[in-house]
Amino acid sequence: MRFMLLFSRQGKLRLQKWYTATAERDKKKMVRELMQIVLARKPKMCSFLEWRDLKIVYKRYASLYFCCAIEEQDNELITLEVIHRFVELLDKYFGSVCELDIIFNFEKAYFILDEFLMGGEIQDTSKKSVLKAIEQADLLQEEDESPRSVLEEMGLA
Amino acid sequence: MALKIVKGSIDRMFDKNLQDLVRGIRNHKEDEAKYISTCIDEIKQELKQDNIAVKANAVCKLTYLQMLGYDVSWAAFNIVEVMSSSKFTYKRIGYLAASQCFHENTDVIMLTTNQIRKDLSSPNQYDTGVALTGLSCFVTPDLARDLANDIMTLMSHTKPYIRKKAVLIMYKVFLKYPESLRPAFPRLKEKLEDPDPGVQSAAVNVICELARRNPKNYLSLAPLFFKLMTSSTNNWVLIKIIKLFGALTPLEPRLGKKLIEPLTNLIHSTSAMSLLYECVNTVIAGQYSCSVGRIKSHLLCVQKLRILIEDSDQNLKYLGLLAMSKILKTHPKSVQSHKDLILQCLDDKDESIRLRALDLLYGMVSKKNLMEIVKKLMIHVDKAEGTTYRDELLTKIIDICSQSNYQYITNFEWYISILVELTRLEGTRHGHLIASQMLDVAIRVKAIRVFAVAQMATLLDNAHLLTGNMQRNGICEVLYAAAWICGEFSEHLENPVQTLEAMLRPKVATLPGHIQAVYVQNAAKLFATILKNQEGNTDSTAAQETSQMMIDRLPLFVQSANLEVQERASCILQLVKYIQKLQQKDVEVAEEVSALFAGELNPVAPKAQKKVPVPEGLDLDAWINEPPSESESEDEQPKAIFTKEEPKHSRPRHTEVDEKELARRREARKQEQANNPFYIKASPSSQKVYQEAPGVEHIPVVQIDLSVPLKVPGLPMSDQYVKLEEERRQKERAEKKKKEKKKRKEKRSGRGKKHDSGPESEEDITPAHVVDIVTEEMPEVAQEDQNHLPSPYLCRVKICICMFCLCRPLADSEKLPVRSHRAAGAPKSPAEDGEAENATPQEPKKKSSKEKRDKKKDKERDRKVRLRCWKHLPPSGHKSDSRSTPSEGRTAARRQLRRCNLMTQCFTFLVFPFSRKVCDIQGNLQDGSQVVVSVIFENKSDSFLKSMEFNVLDSLNSKLQRPEGSGPHDGLTVPFQLPPGVSNEARFVFTVQSIVMPQKLKGTLTFIVKNEDSSTHEKLDFKLHFTCTSYLITTPCYSDAFAKLLESGDLKSSSVRLEGVNMPFHHLLARICFHHHFSVVERINSCASMYSRSIQGHHVCLLVKTTVSIDAKCDEPTLLGNVLDEIKQTFSQC
Repeated sequence: MRFMLLFSRQGKLRLQKWYTATAERDKKKMVRELMQIVLARKPKMCSFLEWRDLKIVYKRYASLYFCCAIEEQDNELITLEVIHRFVELLDKYFGSVCELDIIFNFEKAYFILDEFLMGGEIQDTSKKSVLKAIEQADLLQEEDESPRSVLEEMGLA
Repeated sequence: MALKIVKGSIDRMFDKNLQDLVRGIRNHKEDEAKYISTCIDEIKQELKQDNIAVKANAVCKLTYLQMLGYDVSWAAFNIVEVMSSSKFTYKRIGYLAASQCFHENTDVIMLTTNQIRKDLSSPNQYDTGVALTGLSCFVTPDLARDLANDIMTLMSHTKPYIRKKAVLIMYKVFLKYPESLRPAFPRLKEKLEDPDPGVQSAAVNVICELARRNPKNYLSLAPLFFKLMTSSTNNWVLIKIIKLFGALTPLEPRLGKKLIEPLTNLIHSTSAMSLLYECVNTVIAGQYSCSVGRIKSHLLCVQKLRILIEDSDQNLKYLGLLAMSKILKTHPKSVQSHKDLILQCLDDKDESIRLRALDLLYGMVSKKNLMEIVKKLMIHVDKAEGTTYRDELLTKIIDICSQSNYQYITNFEWYISILVELTRLEGTRHGHLIASQMLDVAIRVKAIRVFAVAQMATLLDNAHLLTGNMQRNGICEVLYAAAWICGEFSEHLENPVQTLEAMLRPKVATLPGHIQAVYVQNAAKLFATILKNQEGNTDSTAAQETSQMMIDRLPLFVQSANLEVQERASCILQLVKYIQKLQQKDVEVAEEVSALFAGELNPVAPKAQKKVPVPEGLDLDAWINEPPSESESEDEQPKAIFTKEEPKHSRPRHTEVDEKELARRREARKQEQANNPFYIKASPSSQKVYQEAPGVEHIPVVQIDLSVPLKVPGLPMSDQYVKLEEERRQKERAEKKKKEKKKRKEKRSGRGKKHDSGPESEEDITPAHVVDIVTEEMPEVAQEDQNHLPSPYLCRVKICICMFCLCRPLADSEKLPVRSHRAAGAPKSPAEDGEAENATPQEPKKKSSKEKRDKKKDKERDRKVRLRCWKHLPPSGHKSDSRSTPSEGRTAARRQLRRCNLMTQCFTFLVFPFSRKVCDIQGNLQDGSQVVVSVIFENKSDSFLKSMEFNVLDSLNSKLQRPEGSGPHDGLTVPFQLPPGVSNEARFVFTVQSIVMPQKLKGTLTFIVKNEDSSTHEKLDFKLHFTCTSYLITTPCYSDAFAKLLESGDLKSSSVRLEGVNMPFHHLLARICFHHHFSVVERINSCASMYSRSIQGHHVCLLVKTTVSIDAKCDEPTLLGNVLDEIKQTFSQC
């Protein structure tokens, strides 16, 4: 997988993950172009399209479009499943996820994605182990935060 | 101090966190940019503070802003600071920010190496995990090199969570630092059998991706993967494994046979569509040798695809069609039976599905079903909404009909009717496409002209229908074709006066200029024809009336704003006035007038101009006149009417360029071309005489079927042709049956079963009238220009991970660089301990010279492997070439093979430490004493090669031609330099006195190897082998000339027996033809006569018998002896 984008129906980017190093300017251009193409497609249309030398697989969940770019020999259907799995993970984590969850906790969404995919490849095919990893990492984070006293925070301790 | 800190913390309470920022942005919809710029200012303030929590918060906000498209590269250093925080919370944010914002050119990445190394070895697995995840996004070649060893250690970590990540990231590391692949591979292989399914699937993933880049190295893993495939139930993993096998099977055909069973099982059993699709794709792509299994599995695939296409899910439908189009390439028959289904898809709501179906139809047409398919498409054209799809349909219809030179059209009247029907489409952009088809058909299919002219006349008559709103309407281009056809073939017109009248209507003046111009010109042609027709009549008033009409109507065009129209009109107007004068004096003018337009125009092949050799002394680049300094207005350029017409090169208009400047530029250009490996230079020796000159064949024009009404009132309907065609075919079939019955009666044999008229096959369908498709003209002097063949060598070299052989034991030099100084307190894993101590710590950049040598050796070994492959090429090249005509062979592979055939005379491979040379010796036909040697230099090293000098020690017999004024021992400078990994070709001319003996010449190549810091002078010795075969030139010979030659008695004979050759006779012949430049004169049963000619005109005749003996005759016995020896040698090698 080359990259994954999440954007809203209004054309606002909500998440982007690039698995190959791309210059900032090219990223912007590609995102704009892709959003235009995908948003223009009608709901009855199939989820695949050929774009430049890539294949684009997208799926719409409520007001959010999940959009992946894969290479020529990659399997479109499994990519759809990847998207679906990611949505399921978000759903489990946030509890019936909505667009606002992703907007306000965008770093969390990234953490989940990073646990699920790495370098564009699926890291773990089991939902459970991904969620477990996330939970434990969060736990660690809370441990970090909780024992801080007010004094500590003020830098006096 | 403390106060300052307290103050900072209190400030912090009022800081925005991420949620505040997001909320703020949402509340400032109107002045978002302004709001964000104040936010960025705040963030800058926050980053200046010492408190890491504040910084992390700021970095988090920046990451969000980065996604919105704001530049945050200025904060890169702060991101590194946050990354190096000891607290997981901040570290996580830091790495996230880095993975989103860093790229290869971010300079602070260099600073992160040690931090990442520390995190990788952290006792906390989540620290390590976060570092690995981040690294996977921004790994650079430097990072990959420095950290490869650490990551490799992590592949054996105790926690599967880390192992999994480490395995996956190794793929990125391999890409950035290919040298790490060999040392890491054994461990990667181990992970295929890891107890943890996650790690296992990660390893499968990585190996599958690697194998897609270079399958060869992973063949040895096939049994292991086979086991995994039959045991695994995880669909994600199965898909990857199947994909991997898809990459492996082309290399190992036996694998395909073995795979068929499990694959078909999976296809039958799986419920997961993605897996099914992957299996089907692999079966389609695999070139399975076992024929029974293949047919079965193919049928199964097509069946399954049909189910996919019939599915209501658009996605499956789309993929089904996509896969079908892949099958179509190899097994068109099996797809054709699903025509109904594919036609149904044209009705689909989804445009992308319809377009896919259209693509499929293109490949599915045959003579039998063309009319039917096009009829369906025409219905869709009428129904289609949206001009883009309709235009797509239109172009597809034309593509389908015109493909491979109108191969599938049996009835051109039908095709013309289709084209005429298409003109009724409103608002299409493709008027010019229809027009060019009309012209093409009318010109090239002589038999159709009568019909076409009648149709075009109707079109002209009804022009008002087409030109509703002209300016926007592309369809009026059709009138261009109509006018031209009516004018050019006006002798076929039923009522020329009426057509002339139609062409001179005042409304015409509203058409675009270039069309009007054609109207005017062709009106003149028509006028000439009318005069000719009317001259015979006793009553001359009719002719005079026509002249009067011309004189009345033409002034309208004389006033045209378009210069072209104006000029033609005024010219013709004067001509007609003069004719009128003569007519009034009762002078017969028709002959002279029609002489103006006499002669037939023949189509010319698009490449014809290229084939005409440029006469000596003509420099096409030189200006004839210096270009005018001021630019002219070009806005009235007429649109190209022929689709194939190349875009006009608008020459950049230089303002006054003086001679010196021109010369300087030319020199610069030459220099550039010399250094550009993709520029193929002209050679003095492209001496293949163009042998087949397809002339215009004049097949007698056959009468048109009279059952078709020639005069169609209004616009015709193509449908009737479908019916007519059906009837015609039935009639034909019935007649055939009758004939067959007769035959059978005559024969009265029981074997007639074979002839039973089963389903109509493609060959049975004869065209309605034999159409003579005029072959396009080619100049006969044309030369086969070798320079146009892209050189296969130029694109062959790519240095990537593929080049490393994985089966070889590790060389010392390949061990991964181990950190030279350790991060404090980093725990060492015991397994790694030994290795770290064994390898001397060293900076990777400073490699000892010994190591360098080792590297070179490795590379050489790779090269040898590749060279061997190459040597196998020529024979297969011949096979493929003998089947395809020169105009075919578009694919890269074929081109490559073809090139081999054209040029192979004698390949000598020389392995150089720095460069590889392939040379090819070829006789010069025009000069009996010249031989051209083409040498391909390929730089396989990592250094820049320059100042190459090529020198050969001349012998008495053969001399390297050197430029005038240079001494007999001077080398020739190779006119280019070679950057690493690039190859280029140079040609050297030798003069040879006697060609009867083979020779070896010794030579040297000197060059300068330029590295980053040093440059050295290097020398290579090589030998050039001039075989006698390389002096022979394939020359065709007719059997009677051959017989005369043998009778003449001037030839000495000799014979040879080839021992131990057991190949089919035609292979044997092909081999002799290919390797020794003979051509077969005649083949009778068990023997064949062959002929070739040397560059000095010696005849060499062979009689080859199936008993593998060769009797040979030649007027030069020594030459003959040597050639026979060489032939013998060729066959002893195989």
